[in-house]
Amino acid sequence: MNTRITHIASNTFREAVRDRVLYNLIAFAVLLSGAAILVGQISIEIEKLVVINLGLTAVSLFGIVISIFIGIGLVSKEIEKRTLYTVLSRPVRRWEFIVGKFFGLAGTLVVNTFFMAIGVFGALFYVAHKFQASDSWVLVALYFIVLQFLIICALALLFSSFSSPLLSAVFAFSLFVIGSFSEDLRGFAQMATGATRWLVTGVSYLVPNFSALNIIASVAHGRPVSGQLILHNSAYALLYSAMALSAAILIFQRRNLK
Amino acid sequence: MPTIEILGLEKTYTVGFWRKKPKRALHPLTLAIEDGEIFGFLGPNGAGKTTTLKMLMGLVFPTGGSARILGMDVNDPRVKAQIGFLPEQPYFYDYLTARELLEYYGRLSGLGGKDLSGRVQQMLGRVGLPEMGGVQLRKFSKGMLQRVGIAQAILHDPKVVFFDEPMSGLDPMGRRELRDLMEQLKQEGKTVFFSTHILSDAETLCDRVAVIHLGELRGVGAVAQLTSNVHGKVEVVWQGVVLAALKALGVECHVTGDTVRAVLAEENLDAAIDVVRRERMRLISVTPVRNTLEQYFVESLKHSEKSAGSVA
Repeated sequence: MNTRITHIASNTFREAVRDRVLYNLIAFAVLLSGAAILVGQISIEIEKLVVINLGLTAVSLFGIVISIFIGIGLVSKEIEKRTLYTVLSRPVRRWEFIVGKFFGLAGTLVVNTFFMAIGVFGALFYVAHKFQASDSWVLVALYFIVLQFLIICALALLFSSFSSPLLSAVFAFSLFVIGSFSEDLRGFAQMATGATRWLVTGVSYLVPNFSALNIIASVAHGRPVSGQLILHNSAYALLYSAMALSAAILIFQRRNLK
Repeated sequence: MPTIEILGLEKTYTVGFWRKKPKRALHPLTLAIEDGEIFGFLGPNGAGKTTTLKMLMGLVFPTGGSARILGMDVNDPRVKAQIGFLPEQPYFYDYLTARELLEYYGRLSGLGGKDLSGRVQQMLGRVGLPEMGGVQLRKFSKGMLQRVGIAQAILHDPKVVFFDEPMSGLDPMGRRELRDLMEQLKQEGKTVFFSTHILSDAETLCDRVAVIHLGELRGVGAVAQLTSNVHGKVEVVWQGVVLAALKALGVECHVTGDTVRAVLAEENLDAAIDVVRRERMRLISVTPVRNTLEQYFVESLKHSEKSAGSVA
């Protein structure tokens, strides 16, 4: 990777660490250990299902909140505080800045997810006392969650490149909610007719398909994940993130930093 | 070839939400700054100084004209490796220590390894913060941040340095140190372009200055050359009372005890001395007042406001 992008990414990561973003891990650990103890006492046979469901949902929600709330400030905060001026007056191209910021936040989320994954597996071991081969699908679900984070980060950066932090948060969160129901939207489009059908189909393909990336319920029941789905979801998430990032770069390249 | 060449650079913003109106921040500006010069860019707040600097840094895009630094277009990435920039009231990543910040900027400028750590320590010393390298910037005062800003601007040994209001936030000692630093940069063969509204600094430092007001260039040249065009004034001091006849000439008098001091235009001097003698006051001194950049500045601003008023 280009060294300037690496430096910007590592500085973004350092900012997240020093701003105590990773402290969310403490809240996560408290939540998961509490849940594991409680579930171990009140559930019979379904402890694993509950722990996987709860653990992965928490990983997803904690990460989504972090990616939206840090992502929306990545560019606007730098403009508002004028820290960007001293960066862009160096041999740093605007696209390098955006890409560096993206990788910095993505790196933060990967590290965060890594520690949360340890927590999920710890809780799983606590309630089941052993690991099974089907537990490895939890890793795939975690991978898909990280793919969701990449899309959200890219979208938050896109909104942050032209809008205020508040509006960016609203846009990003709305897209996350709509995207989580994109399969339902596609189903609705099938049933609709005329212009509505075209409109809903268009929207359902435009918004990120988070439903396809959410396999929490499936892995909680120990169902395997097909290699094709892994490949398809990886390509989809990378392409969608790249497109959102390119749009952010196109807007940012033309922006006057008043 | 000038080091900085500004050719008809202009900027018009659109303001308003529904009914967008054009607002001209900078009229076509043409300037040439030679190698090794300390060039002052003067103007009151809102004159267009920062807009010009931002266009030179590629932060704001001009609506017309162009600019070249060291013979290259300002948007050429090769230029950025050879320039340093201190923005107005700089704010830095406050979670970093001064040393970490300078190392980060150094790496972005292509420095690295042991050279970088040595250079960072040297710069901290040069701006008077040799012991502060390990302190987080959130604990720094405004003046200390300004010093860090100066350090980051000269860290990579640039050929051209741009300072936007570099004296703001500095105490008198800090201002003096910065003046010395600018002189040193000049001696090292660097070109320094700085904007300010503190005229005494510009007067003592600059080889040449440009005055800008309401986005328009009002004058450019050496300080002595600009101030020579200002109408001369004289100070007349006498013992006695304020004379009505002098007031009639539009002279403003200041009384201290039984001494009266009046500063008046050269063309009124004979008439004023006649009045003082006629009233049998004791004339103490007649001293020419040295023309200052401030006088030139005030006069050119008044002139531009008048012409703007007459156009309106």
